[in-house]
Amino acid sequence: MSLMPPNPDLLSVRGLRVDFRSGAGATQAVKGVSFDIQKGETLALVGESGSGKSVTALSILQLLPYPMAHHPAGSIRFRDTELLGAEEKTLRQVRGNRIAMIFQEPMTSLNPLHSIERQINETLFLHKRLSSSAARARTLELLRLVGLLDPEKRLTAYPHELSGGQRQRVMIAMALANEPDLLIADEPTTALDVTIQAQILALLKDLQSRFGMALLLITHDLGVVRKMADRVCVMNQGEIVEQAKVDDLFIRPRHAYTKKLLSAEPRGNPLSPPEDATEVMAADRLKVHFPIKKGLLRRTVGHIKAVDGVDVAVRRGHTVGVVGESGSGKTTLGLALLRLHASQGAIRFDGTDIQGWQPKRLRGLRREMQIVFQDPYGSLSPRLSVGQIIGEGLGIHGIGDSKEREAMVARALEEVGLPPEARNRYPHEFSGGQRQRIAIARALVLKPKFVVLDEPTSALDMSVQAQIVDLLRDIQARHNLAYLFISHDLRVVRALSSHVMVMKDGKVVEQGPTQRIFEEPREEYTRALLAAALNLEAVESPAVRT
Amino acid sequence: MTPLTRRRLANFKANRRGFWSFWIFLVLFVVSLGAEFIANDKPLLIRYEEQYYWPVFHTYPETTFGGEFETETDYRDAYVRDLINGKGWMVWPPIPYSYRTINYNLPVPAPAPPSADNWLGTDDQGRDVVARLIYGFRISVLFGLVLTAFSSVIGVAAGAVQGYFGGLTDLLFQRFIEIWQGLPTLFLLIILASVVTPTFWWLLGLLLLFSWTSLVHVVRAEFLRARNLDYVRAAKALGAGDVTIMVRHVLPNAMVATLTFMPFILNGSITTLTALDFLGFGLPPGSPSLGELLAQGKANLQAPWLGLTAFFVLAIMLSLLIFIGEAVRDAFDPRKTIAQMSTALPGEAAAATAARKEAAE
Repeated sequence: MSLMPPNPDLLSVRGLRVDFRSGAGATQAVKGVSFDIQKGETLALVGESGSGKSVTALSILQLLPYPMAHHPAGSIRFRDTELLGAEEKTLRQVRGNRIAMIFQEPMTSLNPLHSIERQINETLFLHKRLSSSAARARTLELLRLVGLLDPEKRLTAYPHELSGGQRQRVMIAMALANEPDLLIADEPTTALDVTIQAQILALLKDLQSRFGMALLLITHDLGVVRKMADRVCVMNQGEIVEQAKVDDLFIRPRHAYTKKLLSAEPRGNPLSPPEDATEVMAADRLKVHFPIKKGLLRRTVGHIKAVDGVDVAVRRGHTVGVVGESGSGKTTLGLALLRLHASQGAIRFDGTDIQGWQPKRLRGLRREMQIVFQDPYGSLSPRLSVGQIIGEGLGIHGIGDSKEREAMVARALEEVGLPPEARNRYPHEFSGGQRQRIAIARALVLKPKFVVLDEPTSALDMSVQAQIVDLLRDIQARHNLAYLFISHDLRVVRALSSHVMVMKDGKVVEQGPTQRIFEEPREEYTRALLAAALNLEAVESPAVRT
Repeated sequence: MTPLTRRRLANFKANRRGFWSFWIFLVLFVVSLGAEFIANDKPLLIRYEEQYYWPVFHTYPETTFGGEFETETDYRDAYVRDLINGKGWMVWPPIPYSYRTINYNLPVPAPAPPSADNWLGTDDQGRDVVARLIYGFRISVLFGLVLTAFSSVIGVAAGAVQGYFGGLTDLLFQRFIEIWQGLPTLFLLIILASVVTPTFWWLLGLLLLFSWTSLVHVVRAEFLRARNLDYVRAAKALGAGDVTIMVRHVLPNAMVATLTFMPFILNGSITTLTALDFLGFGLPPGSPSLGELLAQGKANLQAPWLGLTAFFVLAIMLSLLIFIGEAVRDAFDPRKTIAQMSTALPGEAAAATAARKEAAE
């Protein structure tokens, strides 16, 4: 070690390669990646899923599943210590102490059976060997630092009692416990609502300047990069294709992939169908209440009002965007409109009230109203072939004979941009974007009038999102479809919807034409949401949760 | 044949061990189905006075061949043999003993050790062990297959209904199954064995009463998990009925779990029958059965060929079935590509853990 030249950088990664052994062959996840991080600097690793950015981050702390993963070449030096292949003892002194890490999903990275105090104390005991009273004081200090309200009360709380944003704050407190020199943040805000995301990013930035720590930020979101990073490394298929200062990258991207990534934001404008088109789906004072039962006799003591008196109307060829944070009731609204969820209030489809119809009677209508779900991995039966999945509705409604059905399936696949041969394959052979196309084809093959799109783009990579949005708009124009577009991503909503409804706690806060809502929002909550989503600005407002 | 079936077949073949086990087992099973043509105390074909006789299919009185009695011909009798061989010929099966034929010409007291006449020796009543094995194998496998088929059908249906509808249906069913499983099966069988004479179908019915519960938990957990999945919602949105959803969307997911369990149920059924026979509460006395052979081996430790034979036949049969079961499971797994030959995929393990968690709740 002493023979090595002193390392001018805090962390330098040179020619790092990561292979995963699988069965006969090996997959090259990272193919020779080099970058440096200086003290106090923020470096962003950007790339789409599968680009190897998380694997790179995990190999810095040597947290990959060895020996399944291995490094054929490369070096990772933290100050003067070589971490690659270092002894477990050396690594333990670095992990959680000099280099700390926070993960994407704060629920699964906190131990559900330990109180908050115990989780944070653990790192203090391990690395600082503090006494328990000193540790308690330090934990309180940390919780205050990360902006958790009422830290004394929260000490005994368990992770499930906290909201997503609060959990991420606890994770950050744990990571900061030993004042690390480098914080690795692996998609720290992806699982959070936009307003919370803005708060967490602001917190990270503040803490970084206060402690002078370096930040390695792994993300797929270019908005986050622009807001946070000093320098950017763009990763694609295991390689860094471009490394630049953040301003240079956004103004003068050099590599073709970076250009593609930058232009991948959902673009275009919603169609402008006639304002007086016929109403396809409408609901008056729609309510979905879940009873809260308590006591020995399970008496109903109150209701959770998931959807609380919502009026909605979707016209032929129009798209109504429903935006709101998680828990605002937007998905429940979509399911209730399709009568997939029990509800109260009138639901008019094509002018007929279908509330209270028996499932049998409703079955005939099902082909005219369809739904596309958020998670393309969960919404396709894994054990049916693509052809069976798309053709199912045709079979149920007795449309055509088997030859005609096959032709219709092939046509639907072509319409969503997939080869007709895809029908003999299983869903798991397709990528996320392709699966979402299959899900759209399944809805489309029945020639519906009304489609609920429940966050159809949020599980997808940025460049794929833009393609799906374009596809949805094309299909709408071709078939004059009515969409109810549910999303938390305001950029996608703007590109597709002619009307927007902003929901909060089951109620509609504001609704109107898209342009009006985006340009002159009237409600405070809408303004906060727009600022957080489009500019990643945290707004101090009573309308926003923490 | 659709490409899907072709791929399933390819996956099945890719598991070499299971594939060969399947063929070995199939050959053994088909051969044992024709046990009457391999081990019998009647000739396969007789040519007597310019005429053909088929003793395996027809019963001929001794008088047909010039004997004295009106009763069925005892072809093993030296006198009758001479009568037939005098005016024609006979073709014997390779093993000239049926499962209940007693060899009275043993040079030593029964049980006799292996010899050219009795390839694996005789049991303590002078019956040929090979003949009894062939018949015993057949009855064990048939019993196991029928019991597995019936208990799978009932178990899958019960589990599916419980898991899919959940709520009160599930609660009541679960409590019933818990009570039902608490009943002491063996005692009931012993008591019933003293009331009725247990036959193949009686035993099957009695064991079925208790064996159907084994699959319920697995299938129920799988249905509980799947009924909240998006693709089930999507099917509802398409207008599919409950039965369609259960059969088309959820059942295929439960199938891998079911198929993984099936060879164990089959093995369990065979072992249960063997155990009952071993204890003497099984098939009627005189029936060829592996359990009875094991009991004889235990009673006659001086004749190790009895115990060893029964042990090896059971061990090989049960192992072959397990290997086949593994290959079947691979065949139905869509995530399995032919190149990957690891036995357990991480996804599968995770699914199994999730299923177990839900079953525990």
